[in-house]
Amino acid sequence: MTHPLLKVTGLKKAYGAIQAVGGVSFEVMPGEIFGVIGPNGSGKTTMFNSVLGQITPDAGEIELNGQSISGLSPLALSRRGVGRTFQTLQVFGKMTVRDNLIVAAQEHQGSMLSRIFAPGDSGLGDRADALIDQFRIRHVADTLAGTLSYGQQKLVDIAMAFMAQPSLVLLDEPCAGVNPSLVGGISTLLKELNRNPTLGRQSSFVVIEHNMDFVMDLCHRIMVMVEGQVMAIGTPAEIRANKAVLDAYLGN
Amino acid sequence: MKLLQHKFGLAFTLAAAALLLVAPQYLKNYGVYLLSYWLVFVIAIMGLNLTTGYAGQKSLGHAAFFGIGAYTVAILMKAGISFWLGLPAAAVICFALGLVLGFPALRVQAIYLAFATLGFNTAIWLVMRNEEWLTGGTFGINNIARPAVLGYSLEGNRPYYYFVLAVTLVMAGLLWGLLRSPWGKAFKALRDNPIRAESLGIDIRNYTLLSFAIGAAYAGVAGALFASLVQFIEPGPFTVGASIMMYLMVVVGGAGYFFGPVLGAAVGVVLPEWMRDVPGVAAWYLPIFGASVVLMMVWLPDGLLSIPDRLKARRAAREASAQRAAKAAKMKAGS
Amino acid sequence: MTDFIQLFLSGLATGSIYALAALGFTLLWQASGTINFAQGEFVMLPAFMMLGFLSLGAPMLVSVVCTVLLAVLLLGWVFKRGVVDPLFKYGMMPIVVATIGLSIAMRNGVRAGYSAEAHPFPSLFADKLYNIAGVTVTLQDMGTFALAMVIVMATQAFLAKTVTGRAMQAVAQNTESASVLGINVPRMIFYTFAINAVLAVAAAMLVTPTYLAKFDMGEGLGTKAFFAAIIGGFNNSRGALLGGLIVGVCENLAAAYISPAYKDAVALVIFMVVILFKPQGLLGKKEERKV
Repeated sequence: MTHPLLKVTGLKKAYGAIQAVGGVSFEVMPGEIFGVIGPNGSGKTTMFNSVLGQITPDAGEIELNGQSISGLSPLALSRRGVGRTFQTLQVFGKMTVRDNLIVAAQEHQGSMLSRIFAPGDSGLGDRADALIDQFRIRHVADTLAGTLSYGQQKLVDIAMAFMAQPSLVLLDEPCAGVNPSLVGGISTLLKELNRNPTLGRQSSFVVIEHNMDFVMDLCHRIMVMVEGQVMAIGTPAEIRANKAVLDAYLGN
Repeated sequence: MKLLQHKFGLAFTLAAAALLLVAPQYLKNYGVYLLSYWLVFVIAIMGLNLTTGYAGQKSLGHAAFFGIGAYTVAILMKAGISFWLGLPAAAVICFALGLVLGFPALRVQAIYLAFATLGFNTAIWLVMRNEEWLTGGTFGINNIARPAVLGYSLEGNRPYYYFVLAVTLVMAGLLWGLLRSPWGKAFKALRDNPIRAESLGIDIRNYTLLSFAIGAAYAGVAGALFASLVQFIEPGPFTVGASIMMYLMVVVGGAGYFFGPVLGAAVGVVLPEWMRDVPGVAAWYLPIFGASVVLMMVWLPDGLLSIPDRLKARRAAREASAQRAAKAAKMKAGS
Repeated sequence: MTDFIQLFLSGLATGSIYALAALGFTLLWQASGTINFAQGEFVMLPAFMMLGFLSLGAPMLVSVVCTVLLAVLLLGWVFKRGVVDPLFKYGMMPIVVATIGLSIAMRNGVRAGYSAEAHPFPSLFADKLYNIAGVTVTLQDMGTFALAMVIVMATQAFLAKTVTGRAMQAVAQNTESASVLGINVPRMIFYTFAINAVLAVAAAMLVTPTYLAKFDMGEGLGTKAFFAAIIGGFNNSRGALLGGLIVGVCENLAAAYISPAYKDAVALVIFMVVILFKPQGLLGKKEERKV
């Protein structure tokens, strides 16, 4: 019996009178792609931010590999092998794509002091190049990230989350604002990274998305959140056949 | 292309270094003094460029560290302690105080931080002005000697200039090394997107504190050199106004550009000194400088050294739109 | 005890001048995200404008009116169109740097172009002293406080009760929604700049008689206005009033009971304490950091 990589129990967060997240529990298995869907305001991003230490939940336990990570800061979580992307683009505009990737993993090697004497790319040049090739952005590798198109920046954004070889990656709407032709590319990339990790370690993903086709195609299991509660967890087929979900989400 | 840029940059630096080495032969005593004055500020502004230009922190209190460095050397030398102990003492004290100033930076953001550092400067300046027993108050400390190295006196303007030049090159080299190391990227990440940086494992707390501390240490070293250069220290050059000028020097040269401080210090310090004796112009230097800063923000907000990048970007944009036009024409022809 | 009351009352007078400058500063920030580092010089310049009009022979009232009009033109319209509008798209820091440059230009421009000396300035109030219950107050102090309070209250009433004022508030809170509602956003922002200019003129009229007109009179005043605005609460215009009065009173008391040499540090110390324990200011509301 495999142990879950991520285990969330009874997560609660209220903003004043509004219960944004009201007792959410789920498990993510190693190597699994776990989707989170739900109408706007269902608490998906609040749940994410609670797991990722960006906000402090009112109640609940979060465990990574059996160890509690409740209340850890984003910094500590990154060191434990948790990566994330944000809803809005968050690349370092004044650095090249390659440097963006390098900085995304450099702090995981050695100590702060040893890093003064390390070479500029911290020995991460090869790893960065591998990801650049995988994401097919070789032609802009030396361009300043801020000058790229939205879609290209999105790819860099996602690639950065994988540089430090995390065991768990949380992706917040990776397809938001992305050209439909690129959505397929992102889905392929995520599947590749999940099944044949270039970087040597298998990762689990938790993906928030509104694009139904994308989610159904990509994820092994999907959790449906409505008004801060878990409505259903199951395979894409099970969720598609779940009448309550159809009613609540697609608003019959 | 990058290698060519590198070679050009290297050639330029060597030429500049050569120029700086022979310049004293062609200048009068005051000219050599002015060059030393400029280099002292280059060191101080390099430190501020790290704090604000590379690490994105808002520091409007840099002149305070400059002053602390100067007073440290002045006070120690008056007490009979050698300059060669005073200089590192100035650096260490300023490093420590820079760490202290970095703590508010962790709690407050942007403009609030700017005002906090401004306030810090005011507090330090008030101590300099009021605590006569320590600093001589408004009378200051005079007759600060220039040191001797290995028996060779640096009393004259020319030997002292070469000493200051050597220190400048060493400090610049250290900064270059630091920025090329992973720390350089970490600072830039802290500047461009601290939230993302933190989620990637970059300890923004430590890097914030260090950006203040290292920047302050540079100002401290510069202040120490300043004390023996002008040989009379009083609170005047260490006011909030001076800090603001230093910040403007970073901006005018180009924040986050390595050689920005060289240009910024030239514009902020050498130019007005040079024009001090020109009748009619001297009084108008500052108003014109102020107005130029306003204009520069409209036309060249990233500073003078951003001009090559801007030209490059404009050329790239022109090429891109030419490509798009060609594509559109082809599509039209095909349809 | 009477000493304390006297210090308190004259502190209120000085504080009310800070409040005027702080209010203008806060309004500019709320309406357009502009941090005006030249706010002190915005008070200095009208003082010299007055002197200019008076030296041309204009009577007091006419000079005041002309100064207000000229200030609204230069410090309102020209400032907005020439400096803030072009830089708006670059964010906050370029505007801050530009206003820093502006303050240097204005201060030294007056010094080079007009005079480096301190000039006497006519007061709106006669030189009288009053003795109430053993406490001595000057007419200047009482009049300053009263007039400044009237102006601050009038400004706040204008913002809260008139259609234009509410439109300005709407712009300050949510520019996009305001323009969708048909509000002329650029004009509302201009009105904010105009109000700031008027407040600056008022501050000039009240502070210059005591401290004399000099090119650098804006330096300390500007900094204290910033601190006062932040102490009171940067996102609340009532905060500017509270902050200004607190700074004015505490400064006076500290100068008398602690040390006159460190008077200028008082605003700073209060500011640091507020920033560290209640960063949104005494009356401000906490702003959530959005990810």
